[in-house]
Amino acid sequence: MIKQEQIERSVPLLIILTLLVVSVGGLLEIVPLFFQKSLTEPVKDLKPYTAVQLAGRDIYQREGCYNCHSQMIRPFRAETERYGAYSVAAEYVYDHPFQWGSKRTGPDLHRVGTRYSNEWHRAHLINPRDVVPESNMPAFPWLADTKAKDTVGADIDKKMQVLRTFANARGLPTYSDEEIANAKESLGDMTELDVLIAYLQNLGVANNPMVKQNQF
Amino acid sequence: MSYDLSAFWNGYVVAIVICSILGCALLLFVQSKATFTENQETGHKWDETLQEYNNPMPKWWMWLFTLTIIFGLVYLTLYPGLGNYAGQLGWTSAKQLEKEIADTDAKIKPMFENYLKTDIKELAKNSQAMETGKRLFQTYCMQCHGANATGTKGFPNLADNDWLFGGEPEQIKETIANGRVGIMPPYGGGEALSESQVSELVNYVRSLSGMKHDANLAAAGKPLFEQGICVACHQPGGAGMIGLAPNLTDQVWLYGSSEKVIAETIVNGRNNRMPAWQEFLGDEKVHLLTAYVYSLSNNK
Repeated sequence: MIKQEQIERSVPLLIILTLLVVSVGGLLEIVPLFFQKSLTEPVKDLKPYTAVQLAGRDIYQREGCYNCHSQMIRPFRAETERYGAYSVAAEYVYDHPFQWGSKRTGPDLHRVGTRYSNEWHRAHLINPRDVVPESNMPAFPWLADTKAKDTVGADIDKKMQVLRTFANARGLPTYSDEEIANAKESLGDMTELDVLIAYLQNLGVANNPMVKQNQF
Repeated sequence: MSYDLSAFWNGYVVAIVICSILGCALLLFVQSKATFTENQETGHKWDETLQEYNNPMPKWWMWLFTLTIIFGLVYLTLYPGLGNYAGQLGWTSAKQLEKEIADTDAKIKPMFENYLKTDIKELAKNSQAMETGKRLFQTYCMQCHGANATGTKGFPNLADNDWLFGGEPEQIKETIANGRVGIMPPYGGGEALSESQVSELVNYVRSLSGMKHDANLAAAGKPLFEQGICVACHQPGGAGMIGLAPNLTDQVWLYGSSEKVIAETIVNGRNNRMPAWQEFLGDEKVHLLTAYVYSLSNNK
């Protein structure tokens, strides 16, 4: 039996035992999740982001949307009534990193896909107060003036290759060589605003009843 | 939420949890059995004279520790936590949500069912129902149509008597349930016009509703409208048609009536839509919202 005094006087023993104690939580609560099917297999109809959506996602991150908008609907009636079905882990398997956010200054966006028209998003992102006078969201007018292929889209094929590596490591469906080769071309002359809207219109659609009726 | 850990990972989780709890209990037991003599020192000595007594743990602290272990065991029996074991109470966050919805439905469902059976025109006069309808509107509709339903550029005012797709209850219901698409292609889908032709057409369109216009340009624009493609949707004289094209002879302008904006509409076209809500909202809410929207322009 190791005595208290021995541990206190032996630095290596103290380090090893300390590491063991502090890692129990992670070993118990994090490691098994990597092997839990309900968390790692994508929900039905979930597809990897297209090049356009992926570029839009980069805009979402660049502009810090996650600072005010969450992407996680919790299982409470108040939230499912307002936003739609609660979020499940298997909807985020293609998010690296996920955009859950931690604060809702604005509404949750996880089921915003197909909820508003493209025109609404356009007007709202250029100046939110044009459509919602009470809004305190910042305006993002410059998005309409910049071509996505010159900024976030410049290395979109490389980003897709990295994501493909992740997906392959987990055995998930992913991009074909052809999709990656055509990635830049598919952005065409779309503005940053266009690609961001494409991303938003795809958010949460794999689990959203509105999608049955609305195809934008 | 399903508990679908494989046999290995289930055993792994159970082993760590049980060993941790047993380890704590053992430590506690050993400590409680240790004997202490008064003023016994640990034997450590720091900074020449600094020493510490080797006193037993306070009793209250030991008891707290014991209670924590008991709490942990009770919790793991009742609630999920031990690998795939679901707990005696069978609690999950999804079931909690189901219960929350069922409890609320028990309270409000009869009211909504009653509303659903009521004719929309009748329901629009029920002030309590309209109070509920207003709250639904503030949740689902105000982002585009505004808190007072007065609309904004590109999103129609619902509180006036002008309707693009009809203001009768069944038409409003159709709009909410299945959505609407409002498209005007560039140049109405016809041949592109020169800048001066656009200016003539703009003046003619403005003349239809008696707005300030240049009479000569408007006269030149009239044949462009009447013999061009505009008339196909907007009808001779520009009166428009419900569900097809807006009336150009009234004072209601969805996108604006300035020369610049009308020219923009002609050259670039317009493309907007109202999303369909049937799947998301269901019959009862669609019915009540229809009555609310109907009430906005008919309860005056």
